[in-house]
Amino acid sequence: MSILLQQIVNGLVQGSVYALVALGYTMVYGILGLINFAHGEVVMVGAMVALMVVQLLITSALAPVLVLLIALLVAAMACMALGYGIERIAYRPLRNAPRLAPLITAIGMSIVLQNLAMMIWGREYHPFPALLPHSPHLLFGAIINDVQIIIVLVALAVMAGLLLLVHRTRLGRAMRAVAENPGAAMLMGVDVNRVISATFMLGSALAAVAGIMVSVNYGIVHYYMGFMLGLKAFTAAVLGGIGNLRGAMLGGLLLGLIESLGAGYIGDLSGGIFGSNYQDVFAFFVLIAVLVFRPSGLLGERVAERA
Amino acid sequence: MTQQNSVLLDLSGVGKHFGGLAALSEVSLHIRRGEIYGLIGPNGAGKTTLFNVITGLYQLDAGNFTFDGARYVRCKPHVLAEAGIARTFQNIRLFANMTALENVMVGRHVCSSSGIWGALLRNAAARAEEHAIAERARELLSYVGIDRPHQTLAKHLSYGEQRRLEIARALATDPKLLALDEPAAGMNATETASLKELLQTIRGSGITVLLIEHDVKLVLGLCDRVAVLDYGKKIAEGVPEEVRRNPAVIVAYLGGDAGEAAA
Repeated sequence: MSILLQQIVNGLVQGSVYALVALGYTMVYGILGLINFAHGEVVMVGAMVALMVVQLLITSALAPVLVLLIALLVAAMACMALGYGIERIAYRPLRNAPRLAPLITAIGMSIVLQNLAMMIWGREYHPFPALLPHSPHLLFGAIINDVQIIIVLVALAVMAGLLLLVHRTRLGRAMRAVAENPGAAMLMGVDVNRVISATFMLGSALAAVAGIMVSVNYGIVHYYMGFMLGLKAFTAAVLGGIGNLRGAMLGGLLLGLIESLGAGYIGDLSGGIFGSNYQDVFAFFVLIAVLVFRPSGLLGERVAERA
Repeated sequence: MTQQNSVLLDLSGVGKHFGGLAALSEVSLHIRRGEIYGLIGPNGAGKTTLFNVITGLYQLDAGNFTFDGARYVRCKPHVLAEAGIARTFQNIRLFANMTALENVMVGRHVCSSSGIWGALLRNAAARAEEHAIAERARELLSYVGIDRPHQTLAKHLSYGEQRRLEIARALATDPKLLALDEPAAGMNATETASLKELLQTIRGSGITVLLIEHDVKLVLGLCDRVAVLDYGKKIAEGVPEEVRRNPAVIVAYLGGDAGEAAA
């Protein structure tokens, strides 16, 4: 029983991170019909920039929580600039090109960013200082620590904020209008390029938050960390129904749970042949299953041949 | 009075071609402030192309295009929308999964200023503006005669209501020129009659109307002046009665000989 609960707790924490990253994929897809495969790298850059700020400020007299908040702010700004730049350089010039072209530049962008990060920050694993309390709490027999509680709560708050933004504000309305019909939105006076830039920047800010969550939770930062995380989050977005915000949130949490429960029980189920190191297999098995049985995802509408 | 008769939209020698096909050639139009100006012509005559040129969807290849005293060359649609040209579409292009109210509120986009930070921080100014936008949108919905709950999704409105919603959304941009691409298409006689009333009310409020329409009766009964396009050229212009009797127009509509007319 406690193993089950423990895996659920772990899954929710991991799922919160997936959800935040998946939102970035889904927002861009909703507006441009494009998979921004460089998004995982934005998460990594967010973590790296945050680490730099933390290393700079850790010796100062500032409270650790304050240091982390400043790091978050700087990382979010850096990622927003990066997201804006990615769109300007890699996607905007190809806005009217065949759909395969921006997909290729997306992959190219991802590789370029990984290698740049390797040149700047090196190949080694960097420890991320523990700035938040890690004291464990007992929750119905499962253990959850402060950091994990904070991760889940922050993720929920950010997601609620995003839904409010998209449904209750002028920018959100413009984003939905562009997603539905860019031509008509343009003729109603919406500056489509600005809305697209804003979308990339918003998604990148969420990625920065997610990057810091991962760093704080695992205490390790690495130039390659964005790759697998990005793929998983993309899977989460597809699972929920890509293009659908609530779908990305649901898909993220579900994928976290599936992975975690899978990792927890695969040993027993397979009689010890497979271990929890097969955790990643679950994510991609889910991706394949969704694509085969419900390509539009859990909450996605069936879009007739949008591709 | 001179203001009333002054030219709002001035096209001179406008040309637009796609490959070897001249969709518009040497078209000159002068639309005066406050009039309802009709644009008719057989299918493929270039009417919608002309609309796309004046709303910035197409860049013109030749000629000049002046609106409200300013010349527009290579302009993005949102710039022309801000300048005061609003349009509806021949095939309805609403934001189908947004509510009726939200559709109109998007049209209000140009008249609002709060940027991304205002939207994120939800400061007092942004909230007040949001409130004003919603208020104006509600007024416009009742102005065009949509009395359904404003939270109805656009795709759930009836066909006639969707056409009206497009007009409300266009009016939300506070246009000087309202360009309507076949607003009566697919409407029954009652709907057309109330559309006619609505257009007269809109003109009465000081907005100039440019109307593409196939319903000849509607055009003749409503427009102050009419231009006829055929194969991308303007073949006639004048008050409706003149245009109707113009031999070139009759040939364009009925064909050069009886055989073509029958087809």
